[in-house]
Amino acid sequence: MAPKKLTKVILKHELVPKHEIAKPEEVAEILRKYGIKPEQLPWIKASDPIIRAIGAKPGDVIKITRKSPTAGEVIVYRYVVPG
Amino acid sequence: MSEPSKIIKAIKFGILSPDEIRKISVTAIVTAETYSEDGTPIEGSIMDPKLGVIEPGKRCPICGNTMGNCPGHFGHIELALPVVHPEFAKHIYDLLRATCRHCGRIRIPQEDIIRYRRYLESLKKRWPMLATRFSEYIKRKAMKATMCPHCGEKQYRVKFEKPATFYEILEERKEGMIKLNPVMIRSRLEKIPDEDLKLMGHDPSDARPEWMVITVLPVPPLSVRPSIFLETGVRSEDDLSHKLVDIVRTNERLRENLSAGAPQIIIEDLWELLQYHVATYINNEIPGVPPAKHRSGRPLKTLAQRLKGKEGRFRGHLSGKRVDFSARTVISPDPYLSINEVGVPVEIAKILTVPEKVTEWNLEELKRYVLNGPEKWPGANYVIAPDGRRIDLRFVDTKSIAENLAPGWIVERHLRDGDIVLFNRQPSLHRMSMMAHTVRVLPGKTFRLHLAVCPPYNADFDGDEMNLHVPQNEEARAEAKILMIVQEHILSPRYGGPIIGAIQDYISGAYVLTSKATLLTKEEVSEILAAARYIGEIPEPAILSPQKLWTGKQLVSLFLPKDFNFRGKAKVSAGYLKCENEECFWDSYIIVKKGKLLLGVLDKKVIGAQETETLLHWLVKEHGTEFGREFMDKVFRMFVRLLEIKGFTMTYDDVVIPREAEKEIEVILQEAYRKVQELIEQYRRGELEPIPGRTPEETLELRIMEVLAEARDTAGEAAAKYLDPFNHAFVMARTGARGSSLNLTQMAAVLGQQSVRGERIQRGYTTRTLPHFKPGDVGPFARGFVASSFRKGLNPIEMFFHAAGGREGLVDTAIRTSQSGYMQRRLINALQDLYVEYDGTVRASDGSIVQFKYGEDGIDPARSSHGKAINVKRLIERVAGWRL
Repeated sequence: MAPKKLTKVILKHELVPKHEIAKPEEVAEILRKYGIKPEQLPWIKASDPIIRAIGAKPGDVIKITRKSPTAGEVIVYRYVVPG
Repeated sequence: MSEPSKIIKAIKFGILSPDEIRKISVTAIVTAETYSEDGTPIEGSIMDPKLGVIEPGKRCPICGNTMGNCPGHFGHIELALPVVHPEFAKHIYDLLRATCRHCGRIRIPQEDIIRYRRYLESLKKRWPMLATRFSEYIKRKAMKATMCPHCGEKQYRVKFEKPATFYEILEERKEGMIKLNPVMIRSRLEKIPDEDLKLMGHDPSDARPEWMVITVLPVPPLSVRPSIFLETGVRSEDDLSHKLVDIVRTNERLRENLSAGAPQIIIEDLWELLQYHVATYINNEIPGVPPAKHRSGRPLKTLAQRLKGKEGRFRGHLSGKRVDFSARTVISPDPYLSINEVGVPVEIAKILTVPEKVTEWNLEELKRYVLNGPEKWPGANYVIAPDGRRIDLRFVDTKSIAENLAPGWIVERHLRDGDIVLFNRQPSLHRMSMMAHTVRVLPGKTFRLHLAVCPPYNADFDGDEMNLHVPQNEEARAEAKILMIVQEHILSPRYGGPIIGAIQDYISGAYVLTSKATLLTKEEVSEILAAARYIGEIPEPAILSPQKLWTGKQLVSLFLPKDFNFRGKAKVSAGYLKCENEECFWDSYIIVKKGKLLLGVLDKKVIGAQETETLLHWLVKEHGTEFGREFMDKVFRMFVRLLEIKGFTMTYDDVVIPREAEKEIEVILQEAYRKVQELIEQYRRGELEPIPGRTPEETLELRIMEVLAEARDTAGEAAAKYLDPFNHAFVMARTGARGSSLNLTQMAAVLGQQSVRGERIQRGYTTRTLPHFKPGDVGPFARGFVASSFRKGLNPIEMFFHAAGGREGLVDTAIRTSQSGYMQRRLINALQDLYVEYDGTVRASDGSIVQFKYGEDGIDPARSSHGKAINVKRLIERVAGWRL
């Protein structure tokens, strides 16, 4: 395991897009919008370095804002699962 | 119909227990003899009549049904000694290692068992996939224990020898190894308690582990392994029957020896043999086991072989579909068809039918078809009366049927012009591989198709065959017509441009027609426009005196929409014929204003297939697919007609270059050889500067290849300089109709370096390629440089190197197609259930989200221009008539 300080370094890397924990209201809104349960969102493991770095817990929904070659900037969501 | 319908909620697989096998069995099989002297099957053999009737007329002694209705019944063989089921050997191995040899408990302490059990239960509810992984983990953990935590028994290592032999190692010596026979294995498996099995991922209610050791073997009914009668009247048995006879024979011998108290060695040998026969009966392709063979040496096709692989029961029968109302034959070209038509031979049109309901409006017509009957086209093969009776018109009086025809009947009439059919060529790699066409019934025996639809099907006419399917109801026809018809696929989602467009002669023709040098007389104009089926006025001639003459650009303009604007470079705009804007002599910059082709020549970059942002692309996109289809139909016919008038062929003289050119090439080559020699000397002196990351040897090779490739290219340019620009071979290469400038170079100037694996040819003897060279010679000729052209001909050494390079190409294509085919199959299997929801999201079959917006931007690539939703430049050009 990398030292604790190092886990935060990935946040500064230019290839790592912005990850943030979505607020409960926002989560409710997107689940309503797509008519799905949280498990039907794409998953991300709690052991993923970025999840550790931002300190998210299983059950959280992560909002990722990233650049896309086709659509400029896109927002996607991930559901954090244990593992 | 009142039968309540049932829904399958789940399917569960288990292992047949010996009791169950005995319960479903109708007879025990005890004798290896199959038929008695008089040819009747022997009772108690694998041909026992109780296993199901196979002769017509007889009744089954078990179910009382006749041949067609008796489903067949299982028998069984009581094995004298149990054997291991080969497909379960791995599971048995795991269980033997994970459980105690004495008490049969899993080798995990009781308190852990309780903890694991609770965790496993919760996993099963929420993440069933993880539960299996966890069971695997528990098993591995249990295997590590060297002492049973329950009874304290010391545990020994179990060794597994493929396919089905187990040893227990008591001591680390040869003699310390004890063979575990199936009886011992079975007794150990019996001892494992149900609760421990659940922990290891087994379900003991339907698959007790001791059932993995076979004591009773089910014998499938005769209908599963039918005998075949050859023309000679000799009976030939199914492979399974052969194998069953082997098993019964060995089994009986083993039983006799056992009861006679034969020595242990004999028993063991026979036991081993029985194990082999049972194993190959189940699977004849077990690694490490010699496959059981037929007398002819052909390996037997046993149970696993029936199910496995492409021609097996699953892929070959259950997911393999065969259909009615389809036809297959060789394809050939017909430029006089529309691109959305297909020529169908009369012979086929008389077999394929379309059911048509009789109404008062089509009554007369359908009566005519019925009267024509099945033999004469256009006729009908069947009629269906309102009571559902199906009348075969081959065997009845068509006249009386025709008279009785009334609304409410259905006539299965022959395929006729205008019917909509699906046309397909394998491999069906993309959606354009299966498109809807309208039928044209034609004489001949081949399917005819327009040449412009060759690219989407990837078809040519060197013997290709294609399939045709006839939709049988309105819904299917409507779907085909709206979604699948050819013109809806002119624009491909693969690259957001037309995949259907001009190819080969259409491009040459377009170039010749629109080139400045072509002026046409009134007769020629009439003929060309007639070929396009143009109806209307002939435009004002471009030249009035001394003779009225028209340009090809005028003719093309007749078919362009009046509000169409376009500007762009042609493919011929290269080298000294380059044009950057309209002020250019070479006529390779296209300008269309208000539907008039004012400047520029048409070629591959303007109307070609598989080119984007071209004149053709914008025409189809802005004026609709139907317009695009009509445009191509008419204009392409015009192009070929011009070539038919003028003649367009290639000759030997097209690649002959004058003496000066030959000399010039010779100078270029000599210069290259000198440079190569210099490089070699530099290398020998050790002065060659290596390219970073390369050894000096690699550097030398790369530099030599560079020099020689450049020499070939300059030689090619030199040759092209001397070629007549209207030389047909050169025209084809320049316009992109066929061939490349490299092909021309190789024909006229030099063939250049031959390569194997991207390197100069190195193989052959250790230090030289052929005995004609000195050892260590790395000069151009010793490594496969061909200085001759195809026109001049190759010398034997050159020819050898050329063959070496050519062979690699053949092998590569063969390997590439099979590899990419398998890759495609895996991709499609993985992606086939994904769909785009109405909200634009991409979802898996359970509704879970894969992409929040299709392609992240929600754009249909077929309707985009080169992947972008809008092309601003084109919009301005369209509206303003000029380009930014």
